[in-house]
This record gives sequence, structure tokens and C-alpha cells, in this order.
Amino acid sequence: MAVITTAAPAAARARPGRPRRPRYGDLRTALIFLIPATIGFVTFYLVPAVRGAWFSLTDYSVLAPPRFVGLDNYERLVQDPLFWNAMGVTAYYVVMNIGLQTVLAIAIAVLMQRLTRSAFVRGVVLLPYFVANVVVALVWFFMLDFQMGIVNVLLERVGLDPQAFFGDPALALPTIALINVWRHMGYTALLIFAGLQMIDQQVYEAAELDGAGPLRQFWSVTLPLLRPVLALVLVVTVTGSFQIFDTVAVTSAGGPVDATRVIYLYIYQLAFGQLDFGYASALSVVLFLVLLGVALLQLRLTRASESDTN
Amino acid sequence: MSTTIVPATPPATPPAEVPRPAGAPEKGSRRPRWGTVLGWATMIVILLITLFPFYWMLRTAFSTNSELAAQAANLAPAGFTLDAFRRVFGLTTLEESLAQGGAGGRINFWLYLRNSVIMSTAITLGQVFFSAMAAYAFARLRWPGRNAVFAVFLSALMVPGIFTAIPNFVLIKELGLLNTFPGLVLPTFFMTPFAIFFLRQFFLGIPHEIEEAAMIDGASRGRTFLRIILPMSAAPITTLAVLTYIQAWNEYFWPLLVGQSDGVRVLTVALGIFRSQTPQGSPDWAGLMAATLVAALPIVLLFVVLGRRIVNSIGFSGIK
Repeated sequence: MAVITTAAPAAARARPGRPRRPRYGDLRTALIFLIPATIGFVTFYLVPAVRGAWFSLTDYSVLAPPRFVGLDNYERLVQDPLFWNAMGVTAYYVVMNIGLQTVLAIAIAVLMQRLTRSAFVRGVVLLPYFVANVVVALVWFFMLDFQMGIVNVLLERVGLDPQAFFGDPALALPTIALINVWRHMGYTALLIFAGLQMIDQQVYEAAELDGAGPLRQFWSVTLPLLRPVLALVLVVTVTGSFQIFDTVAVTSAGGPVDATRVIYLYIYQLAFGQLDFGYASALSVVLFLVLLGVALLQLRLTRASESDTN
Repeated sequence: MSTTIVPATPPATPPAEVPRPAGAPEKGSRRPRWGTVLGWATMIVILLITLFPFYWMLRTAFSTNSELAAQAANLAPAGFTLDAFRRVFGLTTLEESLAQGGAGGRINFWLYLRNSVIMSTAITLGQVFFSAMAAYAFARLRWPGRNAVFAVFLSALMVPGIFTAIPNFVLIKELGLLNTFPGLVLPTFFMTPFAIFFLRQFFLGIPHEIEEAAMIDGASRGRTFLRIILPMSAAPITTLAVLTYIQAWNEYFWPLLVGQSDGVRVLTVALGIFRSQTPQGSPDWAGLMAATLVAALPIVLLFVVLGRRIVNSIGFSGIK
């Protein structure tokens, strides 16, 4: 899970005055209130994170205790063609998925902004996001079936050849990317829509007075002012996109010929298929670092914290 | 996998729909109208593309497998029947099932439905209540190190699921909790960083006077929390509970790791197994779509009932 916010640090800094309270304030009460959450955090986040890092330095099959092997797993990873294939496949997926999804989401958000505030429209657009990945994947798996799928039936009706969407190595990954564009575009659009609400209407009025048409307004007003919001949306959607698993697992399962073996699936197969927990942990450490790097890079490149106005 | 919903503070200014000054309606009164028509046309196409797969799932679930091939593009169910649901709920014999084009594997979606309900309910109850307690400590109590500890809790958001899933699997295995409900539930039972963050935002906004009045009347912190803070936050707590429930219901990865056996298998995992069991040449499409419908319907209904609340919860919590 991920959260977009810029409010947290600001809110946390607020309220420095602590009038006539004992030095430790409500420390005792706070500790009691924090007991359950701390148990959960330490047991299922903090300790596992440390343990995961430790596993990555060991040879570990769960059946026998971990054996320390230094950086062997990382050396193996550098020379593992399947690892590089998985990273490449994942990167390709992210680019297709995020590229199309972002463009469509901006379009939908702008359309909603200009046409309607209806909660019904927003609800419909949002609906796919709340249906399980597995359900979405299977429905599209049927609709895109080579023989029975409605999409191929329609393709044939208009005189085109039916396509093996999941059987063709060149098509399988774009198909999965498109399915997830369908699932996520409405949700992303609503996030961007929320961002659009924050643009001061007076800027548009000023642009209109200067004779800017709708297209010009979009390029010169909407997009630049939306940039901080867009940057945060992208950090979250890209991070999520890198973790694609469910859709692949229930449709193509990595095939044909590794064309959809994304990094999450590869790690899953290493750990739970081959019981190679040490190596799988090393890969997830690398994935974590890649995600962190990509997020920081994005925030830098897009200067997310600054708006063009101030 | 990742959810990004953040309590949206209501827009500071009402959505500005500035009425056109009566004097100047002429400029572009024709062109925007064409633009509007085109815009609505695009919007309707988008809505149709969004809704069609849901309809197709419904239509196919009520179809007969043998008729599906001949009527692949028929908008109505091909040979209307409830057989697919009977197969999915394990109400047919093996011979009947095979005759209808079923996989013949032992499936019982009543059981998986029950398991999904148990798992999602337990996760929601624990996570929302315990996260509310933590959020209260972070928002309303004053103690040294509060913001630092909060930042540490929040940092867990950056960690990809699989990084902690492997050690968590080992832990659940060591505890002997594989294929049990506690194994499914525990990792998200006590907190998620998102839930704490979400509720903290709301608790911050409750006026201090109310709480102080209660404490002057002699109520303890615990009592104030239960009797004042929680009831006052009924709306955000409901929203969070709904989001948590949906998230738990849809989760695939973790139940796949620790909940394979029949007694605790949830719908998403069952769907994956159903799909892999289905014969290669002629899959049981009607059965598969009936099964996905069973998995999706509770969420769609929840969404229809509480949609407005969910829709309004999506936004930003105070980007300036």
C-alpha cells in the first residue's frame, strides 16, 4: 500500500505549545494505546525487513537453517540471465502500463472537470479498481480468448485476423499491461481530478481573457499547474506497477517463453517453487532498492514539491 | 496491490462554476457546444468500456458451455441456465459436471465465500480498531518522540510487499500457522501504516475543547477515546473499514502463500486454482465466469451502497 501526501510532515510539526503538562506528557497513556500497533509493526514489518536482509546473505531452503554465504546471492544475480530478463520484462511492462494509463487518466480527469461532477460517473469509472485483480484478469482472459473471446469475434467481423493475445510472446505483455490500464485508469483519473480541483479558476479566466483556447489552456495552464500532483501520482502508480503479479499469475503464468515473467513472479517462483529463499530474498532486496531509487529519481526530476506558480 | 486513498479534505472553495456574465454569451457559444457533444460522446464510450466486462461476466455466467461457441457474440446468455452456479457451488455430481463442460474438480465456492468473509471481517475489525488506537496516540496525545515514531511507522509504506512476505511466511510457518485463519489474518490484523495515517488525519481535526470537557468531567483517556473520539469519527472509520474490507477481500498474494488448503482457501486463491484446473482445449468458461461473479458481487454491492462515500474519499489530504 502506498499513500500520497504532502500533508504529513506539515501537520506533524504543528502545535508546538504544550501548556502546563508534565514533562513526559501523556507518555504512559500513549504507550498503552500503541501496544497492539507496535506488536504488529515490529512482528510483521520491522523484524521481517531485517530478517529478509539477513536471508539474502544466506543459503536457505526453509527445510534447513540458513547458512551464511556472504554476497554469493548477489554475485549469482548479476550473472543470472533470468533475473535480467525479469527486470527487462518488468520495466517494459511499467513503461507501457504507466504511459498509457497516465495519458488516459489525464484525459478522463479533464473531461470530468469540464462536463460533470456526477458521483455516478465517478463511481462507474472507479469501479474496476475495487474488483480483485484475479477477477479482472480472468474476465479479460475470457474476453480475449483465441476462439471464444468476444474481442476476437469482433476482430473477425471487421475482417481482421484473430489474435492469440496470451499465446503470442510479442502480445502477451502488452495485453496484460492494457488489462491493468483498464483497471487503474479510473482511479488514477480521480486522483488527478482531485488535483484539478486545486487549480485556481482565476488562472483560467485570465488565460481566457488573453485569448487562449481550450487546447492552449490545457498545455499552458492545466499541465504545468498539475505537475506537482502528477509527480506524486506517478510515484505511487509506478511503484505499484513494478509489483505486478496477480494478473500474470492467473493468466500467462510467465509464458510464453518467459515473455511475461515479471520480477515479482520470478521471486515467487524462486522462493515457493524452488525453495531458494536466500536467493529470492536477495532479489527482493534489489527490487526494494530499485523502487526506492526510481521514486527518488522521479521526485527529483519532476521537482514534485515545487509548483510553477510560487 | 497498492491502494492510495487518502482522506480528502473538503475543497476549500466550492467548485467554481462561474456563471457567464449575461453581457458576453456570444463568444464561442457554438464551438463549446460541439466540444461538449464530443466530450460526452467520449465519456460515454469510456463508461461503456468500463462496464462492458462486468456485463459480459454476468451474461456468460448464465450461459450453457455447449452453446457459447455458437453464440460467442450474442449479447444475451447463450442457452440461459443456472448450471454454472450449481457447478461452482458443488451442487452437481461429477458426471453432471463433466457433461456440462465442467472441470470435474472438487470445488465448493460456498466454503471459499465463507472463508473470504471470515478472513476479511477479522482483518477489518482488528486493523481498524488497533490502528484507531495508534492514530489517537499520534494525533491527540503529547509525548516525547511522537513524530519520530510516527515517521518510522509510515516508512513501512515504502517496502514492497514481497520483501516482507518471504520472512513473514517463514515466521507463520515457524509458528505452525500455515493453512489457518490466524496465519491469513495476523500480518494485517494489528495495523497498516495506511490505516494509522488515514485516521490520524481525522483525529487531528477534532477540536480539543470537546475532549477537555470530557476529561474535566472525570473521564479517563480510554473512556474519552471510546465514548467521544470514536463516535465522532464514525464516518471516516466506516470509510476506512470499507476500504480495508475490500482490500482484504481482493488480496491474492498472501493467501496464496499461507492459505492453500480447502478449509481456509479464499475466493481469489480458489479462482486461480479453478482456472488452472480447467481443461486446456475447452475451458469451463461459464463456470469460471460464475465463479468470478461470486467473488466480485459482494464488492460490487458494497460499492453500490457506499459508493459515494468511497468516491469522495479519493483525493489528496492537503496538497496546497
